[in-house]
Order: sequence, then structure tokens, then C-alpha cells
Amino acid sequence: MAMLIKERRVITESAPSPDANVIRLEPADDPAAVADRLDGVARVEVNFPKFGDGRGFSIGRLLRERYGYKGELRAVGHITRDHLCFMESCGFDAFELREGEDPHEALAAFDDFSESYQASVTRPRPLFRRRTR
Amino acid sequence: MYRYDEIDQRLVDERVRQFRGQTERFLAGQLSEDEFRALRLRNGLYIQRYAPMLRIAIPYGLLSTRQLRKLADISRKYDRGYGHFSTRQNLQLNWPKLEQVPEMLAELATVQMHAIQTSGNSFRNVTTDHFAGVAQDEIVDSFVWCEIIRQWSTFHPEFSFLPRKFKIALNGARADRAAVEVHDIGLHAVRDERGEVGFRVLVGGGLGRTPIIGVVIREFLPWPHLLTYLEAILRVYNRYGRRDNIHKARIKILVKERGPDRFREEVEAEWAQIKDGPATLIAEEIERVAARFTRPAYERLANLDLGAIAVPGFAAWVKRNVHPHKRPGYAAVTLSLKKTGVPPGDVTADQMDAIADLADRYSFGELRVSHEQNLVLADVRQRDLVEVWREARELGLATPNLGLLTNIISCPGGDFCALANAKSIPVAEAIQRRFDDLDYLHDIGELDLNISGCMNACGHHHVGHIGILGVDKNGEEWYQIEIGGNQGETRPGAKAALGKVIGPSFARADVPLVVEKLIGCYLERRDSDAERFVDVVHRIGVEPFKEQVYGNADQRAARHHRERAVA
Repeated sequence: MAMLIKERRVITESAPSPDANVIRLEPADDPAAVADRLDGVARVEVNFPKFGDGRGFSIGRLLRERYGYKGELRAVGHITRDHLCFMESCGFDAFELREGEDPHEALAAFDDFSESYQASVTRPRPLFRRRTR
Repeated sequence: MYRYDEIDQRLVDERVRQFRGQTERFLAGQLSEDEFRALRLRNGLYIQRYAPMLRIAIPYGLLSTRQLRKLADISRKYDRGYGHFSTRQNLQLNWPKLEQVPEMLAELATVQMHAIQTSGNSFRNVTTDHFAGVAQDEIVDSFVWCEIIRQWSTFHPEFSFLPRKFKIALNGARADRAAVEVHDIGLHAVRDERGEVGFRVLVGGGLGRTPIIGVVIREFLPWPHLLTYLEAILRVYNRYGRRDNIHKARIKILVKERGPDRFREEVEAEWAQIKDGPATLIAEEIERVAARFTRPAYERLANLDLGAIAVPGFAAWVKRNVHPHKRPGYAAVTLSLKKTGVPPGDVTADQMDAIADLADRYSFGELRVSHEQNLVLADVRQRDLVEVWREARELGLATPNLGLLTNIISCPGGDFCALANAKSIPVAEAIQRRFDDLDYLHDIGELDLNISGCMNACGHHHVGHIGILGVDKNGEEWYQIEIGGNQGETRPGAKAALGKVIGPSFARADVPLVVEKLIGCYLERRDSDAERFVDVVHRIGVEPFKEQVYGNADQRAARHHRERAVA
């Protein structure tokens, strides 16, 4: 039993069945290598082994924007609430927080920033193309 | 001055709230030391030798008087009544209290300021020419482009956890006053044969412990592609930059290890995927950002003959500290923060208030911070110059030494910084005292002397014509000296260059004498006054200078022999 955040809700997940069709990517992995296996997977997990290792952010965007992945994209590893806002912008919709991090409290962090200048998965057009003149 | 719109302000306010929460979680034990470290650094907060240090962002060095007064105020209220302008055009306060920092940031936010990404493994303050907008050799107004990059690089969701810090400089004039060749990315505005604006893109330059001159990876990038191209470079760096060793994590190592050609191919391949995508810039956005900058309401004036003003001392100041302006009847003025006895770049709160008054009365309420750690009043009427000079002199800000040996760039060094191997401020002062004769200084001519207290090179010693580096030898402070460095193409043909070490290091007390010997060698060898120290080093090489300092090769060998015998 593990607590995780999925689509901005805290859920309790039972242990996954061992044959679940899950792709797990490490930071150095190239998402292009799994691009043709994305159809029908239960989820893609991207590992963030350290607090400051930001490679997975690029992996998330590539999976969504370049390889068209629509299913669950889960960030696992050293995830704190301080990552959530940016991870969501990069296409992640599920998060296994590191031990000691309260997922209920962490929910507020999705709203740390209400806008972003840049184009991202959740805002495909950058702010300068969304401004009303 | 760029004026925030509602969204700019909201994001800064949201950052204050976020950091307040992070600080509270840390103090409550919910965030580890390591986690909080990464978070506080990206808010400019270091834990230093004696106290925390807060680095406040001054985007591209542009500052309004309202902001400067707020900085004075904050430095009195939360610190010790002074601040230090850094080579990244930022302001550092050396004595804040950790638990008060959220409050300081909240106060800064009221004047559209912050400490966002002034440290940590993130995009740092984008820097530019301190004469942007007023230089006679201007190609584009670099402030507009810097603001566009500032917005793109602020809270970038994909690039907020980079392998290492990332510094971008943009130069908008023909002369390079932004040192673009020694930045992670350097952008030099150019126009093509049709007059269209674009950028020459350099990558992989930098100082620090592995100084490297950047390489051009694109000769002409049309402006609409600026952000997609930056995004492509950053994606390659974010994915493949080394994260196993902090000393190899800068983009320059990636460029070097892959080789510029392969790196360029990777960037171009990535760019091909996102080129012409939604992040492609549009003319309306450039106009929108440009329109948010306030512009001086210049008068129609004629140029004055400043040489005809016979006030003793004024001419020397004009010669060094007054700079040409693109509008007739105006000039840019450097207020020197390099008075002997004051740490380079330091100003007191009272001086900040007085400088704000000066800028309000004489320069449309704005000023700039230069990467040489001085302040610039960019829009002074020539007819006001005598008055500005008198008032600046009263404030101790009129040292007429711009471009001269005593205009020393220096990091705070071992007096403050936890990383330093050696002090730098007392070395700067000792050199300034040794060279206190203004006529002699003018005779020596243009010379950049830069001092860093450790190999992280915050004092840019690699690109000083004379560079001094503090090193630690068995717990003692020693100083290694380099010559021949050059910050960039500040004049045609003078490319950026890294200094060469002249030999074994020196005790602190000997440094001024060594500098004097180097100068002596230069004065003997120069062809004319027009040939600068650095030109002579490049023409004749390091050896004659070495001989002057250490004696000739035979003497050196004999001494080496003696030293070995003693050891």
C-alpha cells in the first residue's frame, strides 16, 4: 500500500501486480527508445534519484510533446512538494512522494505558481501568445 | 526601466509566498539541510563564513531610484547598512538573518525586485552592456532582449534543476561590453545584409576553475528563433550535462567533451524538432516588451566642448568616467565604486540614497550596475556634468580611474566568502595604495586588474590584463598572478583571452611590488602610449615579464636548486 498523488488527488494504491505493463525510465534513458512501445502501457514511470536531478523534466516533455504519450506519467524517486508545480507543467500527472512528505499538504504546491511564461505540456502556448491585447 | 505587468508581479509575489513556506518547513524540520539548500540558493540565499548572504537580482543591471532607495532601506533594516555590487550586476547583502529573508523578499517585491535564481543550479541574471540604449555603436537595445530572456528563463518548468548554474550574456552593440565570450551562452546582436536583427550564438565559455573561451555555434540566428534555439541548447545540456562531478557539470565541459561540432549537431537536431513551434517569437511581443520600458524624455541639445571647461580635476574625470552618448548634449557617467580604502563594489546605505538623489536630478531616475562593479548614470546632460562631478566627489564616487589599474574588479574574498582560499579586498587596497599617483596611472594607461579569492573566479581574474588568484598553500594565503587575459572585444580585434600564470605564487605583502615590476617591464617595452599593457603581453609573450619578476632563467634555476636543497 502506497500513497500517491494522481491527477491532483491523494489516492492509496495497492501493490501493483508484477505483470503490469509498466515502462520505467532512468534519467539517462532516451525516451525515443520506448516511443514505439507506449501504446497500451499501464503507465510510464520516470525516476528522479536525487532532489536536484532535473533530467526527468525533459523526459516528461518529450514523452508528451514528441512521442504523443497520453497515459499515466508518474514521477518516482526523490519527489517533494517543491517539484510538483514544474513536474506537472512537464506532463507528469502522478507522483510518488519521498518518505516523510505528506501528500495532503503537498497538494497546495500545485498552485505555487498560477502562470508561467514558457510553453509547456499544460500550456502549449507561451504566455506571450496567450495575452489578450 | 521595465515596468512589471500584473502577471510579472503576481509571479514574484507567489515566489515570496513559496519561499516563506519553504523556510518555515525547514525551520520546522520538514525539509532536510540538502533540500533546503537547493531551494534557498535559487532564492539567492547562501550560508556564508559568518552569516547568510542574500544576493538580490538586478536584471541586466538596470535599477530605478525607487528600487535603490528600497535597497538602502533594506540594508539598514535587516543588514549592516551597506551592500556589495557583484560582477553579475547584482547586489549582495552580507549579514541578513535566515528567518527574516522571506520578509526582505516581500519588501523587495513591492518595488518589483526579487532574488529569484541568483544562485543555485539555475539560470542566473542575464547580463548586458551597461551602456545599452545609449551607446553610439548600438545595434539593438539589448534591454528589451534581456527582458525577453529574463521572462523565458524565470521558473522554466523544464530547466529549473540544471546540472549547474547557467549564465547568459547578451551584447547589443558593436563593441562587446558584456563579455559574451566567457559565458555559458553568449549572444551578440548582429544585422544581416538586409538589416534584419539576429544573434551570433556562442556557447561553452566561462571562467571558474576551467576557464574556456566560448565557441560560435551559430553565426546568425534570426531573432524569431531566439527562444526555441535557447531551448534546444538547454535541452541538450539538461539531458547530457554531467551530474556526477560538480566541477565538470557546466555546459563548457559538455561542449569540450563532445567537441563543438558534435554539440552543434545535437543542438541543431533538437532545434529542428521545435523550430517554428509556439515558442517562436513574434514582433508584437518584442513591441509589447519594448513599450513596457520607460524612456528618458530627452531634450534637444547641442554637444558642448567639455575640454573648454577649466575646472581643476574635472578634465581627468571627464577623460576616464564620462562616456559618449548617442544623443547630442548628453553623456553617460560612471560613478566609481573603487575608491582606495573601500572594498570594490561596496556602497553604504547613505550613499545609495544620495546616488538615488543624483540619478533623480540628473539622469531620469535610473541607473545601471556595470559588471566592473561601478554604477552608471546613463543620461546626463553635458551641461550638468560639472555639477554631477562635484556632487559625486563629495560622495567619494568620482575616482577618475575607469579603465585604469586601480579600477579593480574583486570578489568579496576571504573576508566574507566561505569558499575563498584567500582574502582579496586587502590585496586590492594595497595595490590601490601603491598606485595612488594619478599621473602615473594615466601614463600606464588602460589596464584591467582583477582579483579572485579562489578558483571559482568571481573576480574574473582569468580575463584581467593582470589577474590575481588567491590560493591556499598549507593553510596559508598565497597569490598566483596571470597576465594577458582580456574580457572580450571591447575594441575591434581584441578578442577575449585567458591569462597565463607567470610562475610560483607570492605572499600577500609582495603582490603590489610584483604588479609594479610587471608595469615596469611593460613601460620599458611598449612601442607607444597607444600600446596597452595587454597588447604588449600578447606581442612579446610572458617570458620577459617573468624575467622581470623572478629574475632570468639562470637565476631561477639557481633558486630552484637552492629551494630543493632546503626542502
